[in-house]
Amino acid sequence: MSEPLTKRERMKLDRVEMIERDPEERASSFAEVNLGYTAEMAKLEAMRCLECAKPKCVAGCPVGIEIDKFIRLVADGEIGAAAEVIQRDNLLPAICGRVCPQENQCEGDCVLAKKERPIAIGHLERYVADYVRSEGFEHVAASAERTGKSVAIIGSGPAGLACAGDLIQSGHEVTVYEALHEPGGVLVYGIPEFRLPKDIVKAEIAGLEELGVRFETNAIVGRTYTLDELMAGNDAVFIGVGAGLPRFLEVPGENLIGVYSANEFLTRVNLMKAYLDGNDTPVLDVQGKRVVVFGGGNTAMDAARTAQRLGAGDVRVLYRRTEAEMPARREEVRHAREEGIIFDFLVSPTELHGEDGLLTGLTVQKMELGEPDDSGRRRPQPIAGELERFDTDLAVVAIGNGPNPLLLSTCPELERTRWGTIAVDEATGRTSMPGVFAGGDIVTGGATVILAMGAGRRAATSIEDWLADAVWELETEPEPVEA
Amino acid sequence: MYRIIESNFIAPEVKQFEVEAPRVAEHWQAGQFIILRVDDDGERIPLTVAAADRDSGVITLFVQGIGKTTRLLNRKKSGDFIADVAGPLGKPSEIERYGTAVVVGGGVGTAIAYPVVAALSAAGNRVIAIVGGRSSEYVLLEPELEATGAEVVACTDDGSYGRPGFVTEALKDVISSRDVSIVFAAGPVPMMKAVADVTRPHEIKTIASLNPIMVDGTGMCGGCRVDVGGNTLFACVDGPEFDAHLVDFPLLARRNQAYHDIEQRRLEDFEAECRVEAS
Ligand SMILES: Cc1cc2nc3c(=O)[nH]c(=O)nc-3n(C[C@H](O)[C@H](O)[C@H](O)COP(=O)(O)OP(=O)(O)OC[C@H]3O[C@@H](n4cnc5c(N)ncnc54)[C@H](O)[C@@H]3O)c2cc1C
Ligand SMILES: Cc1cc2nc3c(=O)[nH]c(=O)nc-3n(C[C@H](O)[C@H](O)[C@H](O)COP(=O)(O)OP(=O)(O)OC[C@H]3O[C@@H](n4cnc5c(N)ncnc54)[C@H](O)[C@@H]3O)c2cc1C
Ligand code: SF4
Ligand code: SF4
Ligand code: FES
Repeated sequence: MSEPLTKRERMKLDRVEMIERDPEERASSFAEVNLGYTAEMAKLEAMRCLECAKPKCVAGCPVGIEIDKFIRLVADGEIGAAAEVIQRDNLLPAICGRVCPQENQCEGDCVLAKKERPIAIGHLERYVADYVRSEGFEHVAASAERTGKSVAIIGSGPAGLACAGDLIQSGHEVTVYEALHEPGGVLVYGIPEFRLPKDIVKAEIAGLEELGVRFETNAIVGRTYTLDELMAGNDAVFIGVGAGLPRFLEVPGENLIGVYSANEFLTRVNLMKAYLDGNDTPVLDVQGKRVVVFGGGNTAMDAARTAQRLGAGDVRVLYRRTEAEMPARREEVRHAREEGIIFDFLVSPTELHGEDGLLTGLTVQKMELGEPDDSGRRRPQPIAGELERFDTDLAVVAIGNGPNPLLLSTCPELERTRWGTIAVDEATGRTSMPGVFAGGDIVTGGATVILAMGAGRRAATSIEDWLADAVWELETEPEPVEA
Repeated sequence: MYRIIESNFIAPEVKQFEVEAPRVAEHWQAGQFIILRVDDDGERIPLTVAAADRDSGVITLFVQGIGKTTRLLNRKKSGDFIADVAGPLGKPSEIERYGTAVVVGGGVGTAIAYPVVAALSAAGNRVIAIVGGRSSEYVLLEPELEATGAEVVACTDDGSYGRPGFVTEALKDVISSRDVSIVFAAGPVPMMKAVADVTRPHEIKTIASLNPIMVDGTGMCGGCRVDVGGNTLFACVDGPEFDAHLVDFPLLARRNQAYHDIEQRRLEDFEAECRVEAS
């Protein structure tokens, strides 16, 4: 083994960047953009870590992965052991390594971030997870002792999957009920293949099935089953139904053909595979057409890049604030730019125009940033009289999702916040109904994969307590968590 | 996978299916539908559940083969399987004791209207079912409707059976001679619009079962949005039944044509494939 590098030497090294598919090639391909690290690259990057005595990166990770430890193991070439360290806190590392907004979490807090060279924690996590998957790493065996207790999980997004993963390992019977025909939540219907290959999600779900988790698809709770039925048939219920209600702009012309919610556009392409020949679900033809996307988050980037890959002539992202306020992952914005997506900041649509029911153009209002609002971001304000009209053929609205009311409308007993999300005791995920837990986007509003996963796991721990002592105590009154 | 227990053509391109879907059968109420995927490459399409038997766990569907997916489905036979059946979706019809209720069904809309007729009859209403078709073979379910106790007025556009002319003519007659409390309409968009136009001046409460293009059916995509009284609503969760006097029917008709050209090409390719298979 080579001499360990000194701290000073390590600080001089450049961050090892991921191998990426060529922008020109990827603008017409749904294949994954990031190609991963080689063993060599992973080791080089891991060697840069300073192994801080009080690693700030760990505090920045919502689930507190022992980042310093796993990176040390990568530097030593002990990938299997690194995987075990990660698995203790994160059940879906191949996914989080790819989609976490690392710059605001682990990497944002890394001491090297000040030098703009934070350790590529996400890339390393992904490397470890991909490595063990390709080596046919066995999933941790479910505990042989079955408890005879059963838990129903509603929704198969990251919150539900994480909750299921923990509970099955404790020997409980777990059934996940999913409304769609395929489990995975946003991971399968929202986030596109070029960012998160669906085979990875499938492998995670297959792993859970091997451990004994039952998945029941086409099961819409509130319709196919009632919450009461699931409560009667199980010892606990976890609700992880996500924030699946698309918001629209509420401007004239929004129901013209050619105006999609991001959910619809992405579902048609991702879940229903409209981009593949031989699949029956259509998507409006964008070949050579002008496309606009409203919004500045990951969803907007996904929609814009998807439109580009379907052959659009030009794709513009219209955002009402500036680049600095965009909530999207920085890597996605960079990738989008490289692929030729155009960004227009400080504009907000006021009207969509059409002819014979078809979208043909829009009018936008120019904005400027005013005083900071509740969220601390400067609020965009219209500049009087500054309107611009231009042509477009397709518009995708990606301005966020609210809580889907389908299940909630069938159980009024469940307390809600003024945003319509489920009110829970944050530490335990306990709701106002004994035996019913909730977590993920249905509690926080649209957030992140890792937060949803963390909430699913916290609820699993609390479900254990409930199954053991049947005491329904709340540390705090069920209270809304700020998104 | 969902097994087809029995299937039979009951009119040209209209097939009746009995499908094993116990969870749907158990919770189904009149007015609700399912979303179905014929096979793993298939699209998700909505179909009304015409009847459900809780004991056997079987639901009844009537499918009109108008495009690739419905024609593909109509090639399925007893013993075959359907990949996915999800439901029951949508709000159930508001069934009350209204007094005299008229239910208007056109074409396969008769199948959509059938459970409403049955439920209204069972709730003690006098029900008049006005059912129309292009010609005699397109008048569906007449005996079944009569069996619910409803009075049936069959109409054909070409006069080959029943009352000649459109359902709206029959509706006008009924309204002028009876005290009608409520009207339900299901069928092609122009028919539902015409029904709303007939009842509006009489201020008779009128409900239309809307049929926009859907994807998930759970309120997640917004593809099924319709304009009702100036508000954008999602037909799959807020409907499918709405106040017909407030519905923007031209918008619905237009939106249903969104994929017309793509679907037409798919249908032609599919029919060509079927011909090759058959020869
Ligand atoms: C396009 C897009 C891109 C994103 N990109 C990122 C990213 O890069 N990084 C990141 O961290 N986060 C990203 N997010 C956010 C992230 O995906 C979500 O925060 C996360 O998926 C929430 O997980 P969840 O388990 O709470 O819910 P979801 O993933 O929404 O899953 C909920 C599931 O419940 C099902 N369901 C709903 N109602 C019922 C019912 N009544 N009965 C049964 N099942 C039901 C739904 O069909 C769905 O499958 C993105 C979101 C979108 C939409
Ligand atoms: C709540 C609801 C309940 C329904 N119940 C039934 C039912 O019980 N039986 C039945 O046969 N059909 C029913 N439909 C209509 C059915 O879903 C469509 O006929 C089907 O999706 C068409 O698919 P396709 O691929 O075969 O045809 P496509 O190729 O998609 O369409 C063929 C032609 O029909 C038009 N079209 C597309 N979608 C619709 C639609 N939803 N309504 C009217 N025209 C459309 C297209 O513009 C095109 O010109 C229902 C629809 C809804 C929303
Ligand atoms: S889970 Fe996300 S935040 Fe935590 S270490 Fe991994 S990439 Fe960073
Ligand atoms: S903060 Fe950065 S340098 Fe320090 S341990 Fe974490 S990853 Fe390594
Ligand atoms: S079909 Fe998607 S919201 Fe109604």
